[in-house]
Amino acid sequence: MQTWSLVSLCVLLGLAVRWGVSLNSYSGAGTPPMFGDYEAQRHWQEVTYNLPVQEWYFNTTKNDLNYWGIDYPPLTAYHSLICAFVAKTINPEWVKLHKSRGYESPAHKLFMRATVLVADLLIYIPAVVLYCLYLTEGSSKKKVSTLLCFLLYPGLILVDYGHFQYNGVSLGFALWGVLALGLGWDALGSVAFCLALSYKQMELYHALPFFCYLLGKSVKLGLMGRGLYLFVRIALTVLVTFALCWLPFLSDPGQAMQVVRRIFPVARGLFEDKVANTWCSLSVLIKIRSILSSDSQMYLSFACTLLAVLPSCVRLLMKPTFWQFKLALANSSLAFFLFSYQVHEKSILLAALPACLLLNDLPLMAIWFLHASTFSMLPLFLKDGLLVPFAVTSLGFLYFSIYLLSALERCSEEELRLGGYHKLLFWLPKLDLAWIVRWKFYVSVSVMAGLSIATVALVPPPHLPDLFPVLVSITSFSHFLGTFIYFNIVQFSEPPSRKSQKKNN
Amino acid sequence: MAAAESSWFPALALGVSLFKCLFISAYHSTDFEVHRNWLSITHSLPLDRWYHENTSEWTLDYPPLFAWFELALSQGARLVHPPMLLLQNLNYSSPAAVLYQRVTVILTDLLLIWGVRECCRCLQGQKGSRDVLNRPPFVLAVLLLWNFGLFIVDHIHFQYNGFLFGFLLLSVAKHMQGLHLQGALLFAVLLNLKHIYLYVAPAYGVYLLRSYCFPQDSADGSVRWRSFSLLRLMALGGIVLSVCFLSFGPFILMGQLPQVLSRLFPFKRGLCHAYWAPNVWALYNGLDKTLTLLGVRLELLQEAELPKASMTGGLVQEFQHTVLPSVTPPITLLCTVLSILPALVSLWRRPRSALRFLRCLLLCALGSFLFGWHVHEKAVLLAILPLSLLAVQSREDAGIFLLLSTTGHYSLFPLLFTPAELPIKVLLMLLFTLYSFSALTHLHRAPLLLPLETLYLVGLLLLALCCEVLFPLSPWGGRLPFLPLLASSLYCSLGVCYCFLRLYCSMLRGGAERPKQH
Repeated sequence: MQTWSLVSLCVLLGLAVRWGVSLNSYSGAGTPPMFGDYEAQRHWQEVTYNLPVQEWYFNTTKNDLNYWGIDYPPLTAYHSLICAFVAKTINPEWVKLHKSRGYESPAHKLFMRATVLVADLLIYIPAVVLYCLYLTEGSSKKKVSTLLCFLLYPGLILVDYGHFQYNGVSLGFALWGVLALGLGWDALGSVAFCLALSYKQMELYHALPFFCYLLGKSVKLGLMGRGLYLFVRIALTVLVTFALCWLPFLSDPGQAMQVVRRIFPVARGLFEDKVANTWCSLSVLIKIRSILSSDSQMYLSFACTLLAVLPSCVRLLMKPTFWQFKLALANSSLAFFLFSYQVHEKSILLAALPACLLLNDLPLMAIWFLHASTFSMLPLFLKDGLLVPFAVTSLGFLYFSIYLLSALERCSEEELRLGGYHKLLFWLPKLDLAWIVRWKFYVSVSVMAGLSIATVALVPPPHLPDLFPVLVSITSFSHFLGTFIYFNIVQFSEPPSRKSQKKNN
Repeated sequence: MAAAESSWFPALALGVSLFKCLFISAYHSTDFEVHRNWLSITHSLPLDRWYHENTSEWTLDYPPLFAWFELALSQGARLVHPPMLLLQNLNYSSPAAVLYQRVTVILTDLLLIWGVRECCRCLQGQKGSRDVLNRPPFVLAVLLLWNFGLFIVDHIHFQYNGFLFGFLLLSVAKHMQGLHLQGALLFAVLLNLKHIYLYVAPAYGVYLLRSYCFPQDSADGSVRWRSFSLLRLMALGGIVLSVCFLSFGPFILMGQLPQVLSRLFPFKRGLCHAYWAPNVWALYNGLDKTLTLLGVRLELLQEAELPKASMTGGLVQEFQHTVLPSVTPPITLLCTVLSILPALVSLWRRPRSALRFLRCLLLCALGSFLFGWHVHEKAVLLAILPLSLLAVQSREDAGIFLLLSTTGHYSLFPLLFTPAELPIKVLLMLLFTLYSFSALTHLHRAPLLLPLETLYLVGLLLLALCCEVLFPLSPWGGRLPFLPLLASSLYCSLGVCYCFLRLYCSMLRGGAERPKQH
């Protein structure tokens, strides 16, 4: 069959799976008074539609910031405004100021789900298709297989279409940025990334690689002459894009400051709930939050994050190639997730995107990490009543990505790029690392499956009510840490040679 | 897709099973309650009450073997969630009950998967292209396992057709492999599970009688009467009768056969179902409506004298035609018999090819769909699924398949009318249609449709757009809610009739029976 029909089939299948998940429950369904993220998004429509721009981020009589006040950058607010206009024409009840709080109905759910699908269809999915067709190597069948796996990554589907958020928009913009950089359109790429950053501040996880790649490229072209021209052009583009996005808030410095205060809520502590990062996992052993003051917690996490990002960014600056860029994206987002301040469990999606980019190059490792990332959000999905879609999509993804990308056949030491480990472990006798990796993969998948079943089926002992969520987050943390180390080592080892790539295809 | 060749079938089957699980919480029709009620009837009542029970309006109206099947399912239900087995719990649909019943549909579909595997094995001998995606067995497996109609009818609307089709496909596969007794046994079981398969029973009867009981032909291919084997006939009859006795026996012994049969064949229902299935009677009703309107306009008829015509009033009821003569069950039966008779005669004359048998089976299914009494639009699947087998083998049939599957599947759209399921039916229909068009075109390496047929399908697309999008938004949307249904039904009937005629032509010509060589 022709490539275009295979691509359309993949996209249709991806859409059908998304809509299938969206038939399920959402976060905070029928749980007053605060409900969940679904109500937050609806509330933002209400606020942006009824209040002037100046009041969006301020606590006023009409805008109670304690009830799901907007805490994302302006582009999210504009998006809510557009959705609100559509909602208003369908049913004014949905966005009526104050009266619509906690509004829930099947028709409204349908509308909200449809807005996610439309956003995905406009931004995320085209970017994925173009990335897979133009920036992955191999035969057209291989590209289509990668596309299908990319589109079916369950974490994003479950958070956006189950739990309810618009991660597809910010990740989609970031992906457009990656795509443009990969195709050599640096200015366009930076525009796309600025849009991503103005949609969700969490995109900062990806900011350093973008910056280092572009800077490194300019330096390589020569700091005087073409490089400087490129750098100035990109800088101007970035400034203009940001200025346009933030225009309504720039007239008054107080406005802009308030937005920044809202989107970086430093008062919320080192971490919340059970998140699979260093601080939460460490707190099982040491109660950092009670030992250190809030300020020193912040400095500590800042320092750790910086330290963790530094190697991969320096490497990227020295060698600004697309391969290094993809790895640096993964490393930087993982470093942020593992060490930074106030991390949510859903932020792992930001690390999942670069892992999806590596699906074709390092299939087994990418699949393994993506599976673990979905698993790390299990407690969240259980709370939202998404057990069946979680089980179905994760199983499907695991099976089909391994099958389609022949991940378990393509795992010789060379293909897994384990050369770096040999250099590090030189004092040990020569081990068959590929064999070890494969067995670790089997064991880890069984552990994750076992823990999922235990979480669902068993009642935790009364004195340890959080036993299973903690186990889930520690298990996931160990996976994330391992992946972080692995990707760093890969980034510092030799780039893949053309010959071995040809052989893989 | 790049993987080894033997492993694609489990991947496809697992994929479709997981995909089905995604729709557990989707809309389900009253058929869900029908089956829940049957679970509770078979579980909580003694045998002699099964076909008398009428607490719910959804009385048991499938043959006894299916009731036994429900009894088996109710054993699981008792362990999982006993409240769903209470007779008085009408319209009970707790999440646990929905989960249990949906999962039983998905699990019993294993039989469908097995049937498809057997059918694919029958095609294994033909050498196709090197690429797995372009081989007939792969295309056939996708067309059968991912069939749009079967998917929405079973896994959204809620029924157990997949498992029944599994029996049908298995039985067809056995006939193709020359294992006629096994094929007959499977079909007898199928008949006792759901009597709608009586539609295709004539093809089975003629084929088995002619090709199994008369093992030899004379030189010119006509029947050699002296080769008749009584032993074979007795074996065949023994198998069929013993299956029927296992199923109906207890009821015959209790003297309840008339009661059971009256439940199985409710002729009190109307000529057409609530939505008109796209068949000849839809055209007939349409003609009657048009003539009535013309008559009123030309003042040949008095509007006051006309009976209140509510042909699509949503309730199943008898309907009087105003201009044309009314149709009674015997007339539909006669039309059905006449429509399939030539095909049966043709099969009798040249019975040695399993593909001719399959074609005859198709014609029986389509003939009774077009002319039968109170036909359900879902019955078109009975023709679409077996036609997939022919479509991967001959170019001409591939064209008919594309036409019939697109038309027939579109006519299933009214089954899912809830807004939340609209994207699903559109996406899945696109998925299946796109796949069947591109895969079959690629497989046969030639365009499959005539210009007129293409035009018809484009018209269907426009009609779909009008019915699903434009019409509900227009000012008539509220006043004439049945107009889109009527238009779709009439338009689709034309397509189905055309496919019937084309299939008939190829049957009578006797050509296109040799598998296409690549």
